[in-house]
Amino acid sequence: MAVGDRPASAPPGGGYALTTLESMIAWGRKYSIYPFTFATACCGIEVMGAFGTHYDLSRFGAEVVRFSPRQADMLLVAGTVNYKMAPVLVRIYEQMLEPKWVVAMGACASSGGFYNNYSVLQGIDKIIPVDVYIPGCPPNPEGIIDAVVAIQKLLETGAPRAAERWPIKI
Amino acid sequence: MTDLMGTKRRGGKLDLQAEPVILNIGPSHPATHATLRFIAELDGETILSLTPEFGYLHRCFEKESESHTWTQVVTYTDRLNYVSPLMNNVGYAMAVEKLCAIEVTERCKYVRVLISEISRIIDHMVCIGTNMVDLGALTNFWYFWKPREEAYMHLIEPLTGTRLTTGYTRIGGMQWDLPEGWVQKCRDICRNVFLPAIADVNALLSKNRIFIERTMGVGSITAKDAIAMGFTGPCLRAAGVPLDLRKDETYLVYDRFDFDVPIGEHGDTCDRYMVRMEEMRQSVRIIEQALDQLPGGPINVDDTRYVLPDKQLVYTNIESLMQHFKNIFEGIHVPAGEVYSATEAANGELGYYIVSKGGGGPYKIKVRPPCFNMFQAMPLLCEGQMIADLVAVLGSVNIVAGELDR
Amino acid sequence: MAEENNSPVLRKLAEKFGDAIVSTHSGFGDDTAVVRREKIVEICTFLRDDPDLRFEFAMDLTGVDYLGEVPRFEVVYHLYSMEKKRRVRIKSRLHEEDPTIDSVSSVWPGMNWYEREAFDMYGIVFRDHPNLVRILMYEGFVGHPLRKDYPKAKRQPTVGPVE
Repeated sequence: MAVGDRPASAPPGGGYALTTLESMIAWGRKYSIYPFTFATACCGIEVMGAFGTHYDLSRFGAEVVRFSPRQADMLLVAGTVNYKMAPVLVRIYEQMLEPKWVVAMGACASSGGFYNNYSVLQGIDKIIPVDVYIPGCPPNPEGIIDAVVAIQKLLETGAPRAAERWPIKI
Repeated sequence: MTDLMGTKRRGGKLDLQAEPVILNIGPSHPATHATLRFIAELDGETILSLTPEFGYLHRCFEKESESHTWTQVVTYTDRLNYVSPLMNNVGYAMAVEKLCAIEVTERCKYVRVLISEISRIIDHMVCIGTNMVDLGALTNFWYFWKPREEAYMHLIEPLTGTRLTTGYTRIGGMQWDLPEGWVQKCRDICRNVFLPAIADVNALLSKNRIFIERTMGVGSITAKDAIAMGFTGPCLRAAGVPLDLRKDETYLVYDRFDFDVPIGEHGDTCDRYMVRMEEMRQSVRIIEQALDQLPGGPINVDDTRYVLPDKQLVYTNIESLMQHFKNIFEGIHVPAGEVYSATEAANGELGYYIVSKGGGGPYKIKVRPPCFNMFQAMPLLCEGQMIADLVAVLGSVNIVAGELDR
Repeated sequence: MAEENNSPVLRKLAEKFGDAIVSTHSGFGDDTAVVRREKIVEICTFLRDDPDLRFEFAMDLTGVDYLGEVPRFEVVYHLYSMEKKRRVRIKSRLHEEDPTIDSVSSVWPGMNWYEREAFDMYGIVFRDHPNLVRILMYEGFVGHPLRKDYPKAKRQPTVGPVE
């Protein structure tokens, strides 16, 4: 399997259109996002800080961290993903149920960071669709809060998720 | 899959009358602290054999450092043991300074000791906190996370500018001197934040029956085995071997401080926890003494071959401008040779083996990660015990994947 | 040729092994001995067991690629004696056509994985190693990445999901 030809995982037929009932569902969903923290490296420590008492992500509803992909709806990839780990990430992404959102936290997950070498994947968007990128190395926990709020806005406005325009032809 | 191995090991009779199960634990697993993988052969819940696997965070520190200048490598060293990055910076700077034969200023040595000890405290806090989360004692994690946040907000961020990837040391000195009020704040935090948090967690755990039954006798190792496997640091000291580089091969100004090195007896998880708790208290002692003895003076050596010249001179004097330019673009010129320099990091002996062929960047840097040996010894620590014990032991040996995989 | 030096370790090594010790030096305060690869296990066992030396700890093992020099590879061992509070570095050069050396994992079991890493990164083969397979790179990776002629940013096709 070469990097870059992942099949589309979103159902065909477009976006996540809203009606009154669906806006109720969106309201419920956005305040109860269950993150799956795929923390590999240093960003993982800042994720723990975001869930900690000082930055407190539970104010935004995303408190319940689920360690099983079947039970989560937001995949928070925190840290460098290398070629050895990439199949694991793809498998976790495939195991998550629709609808799901992906947040690429930090420079390494967004684009490989300052590691441009034989082992590091240059951004997880080469293998899975990403909705929100958080820049930083590592980003502040406030950046994670920002990303969760951005996902909430995506949910609220019914904007199409990245999975719907996947795969991107580079 | 024959179970000859299993039956021989357990004296010929399996616990459950069934074939052993191969269970894959990780690499994405809450208890494996990110990117570790075990392939466990189980008989019911007992581990018959354990094969650890890693490399899921291999970010090619060595290859990257070969194509960067000496000062640029400092940012890569932050990401090694990312829980206590300042110690990696200090270790690397000391190794290159050994190669350049520079002696840093007194003030710089004291500041390095201070940041190393603060890093040691926060590293042990993460280790114990996450170990306890794996055992189900979540409160300790929060009790230890608050002091970490205080250390980040009031000590590390004002000092280095960032919370986690600090990059604070330079060859020949530090990035800049301590900010105003830092010394008082440090004293404050040690007394009012670190010590009470340690006391709180101690009160919750040290006499807690559940904790004791889950950690005493679990994952124990004899001193002889620990030495043969190359353990260093708290895991070795918990096994009863009194090796601490701060005392045995003293570096920086550790010989001027009065502190004890806690030694355990059985090398089990409980001993590792106790050793770490006591080490944190001893680190607070060292910090207070260092703050009392902190001298004034310059923080960098007065040698523009290694240290950037003063900004005013750079703007007004052509030699300083040229030196500044060369130091940044070509990298500082380190003599040819090879050197091995080791410091007592929070996990054990963090060694840097640097080969230089002259020039602005290293030819090769090898990092000797302390947790490599401990991870290698996981089968020795866990075979014959149960799956739940594996989780307890893994947390207590403090495997940091950034350091393990490099 | 062992040069005149003050280090008791290097002197003892030179006395016992004679011309298996190719050269010694103590540059930058580190005692170093370059030895012939045939005697490496004997030398390491002697260093570990001799009552005056007692190097119980093998701290590090790595390879170095001196591309352009002959012999090309070098295996470097760092040892520490807790009793005598001393360190020593043992090096051994290997030719490109035959980068093999005996494994010291029988002397110090902790060196097992270090040798696997040197094999993975440099292609140095350790004879009698219990399990010489790749350790850091994924299965299916071709080549030895830390060799100087392996380009840093060379990508290889990735493998499928983990079985």
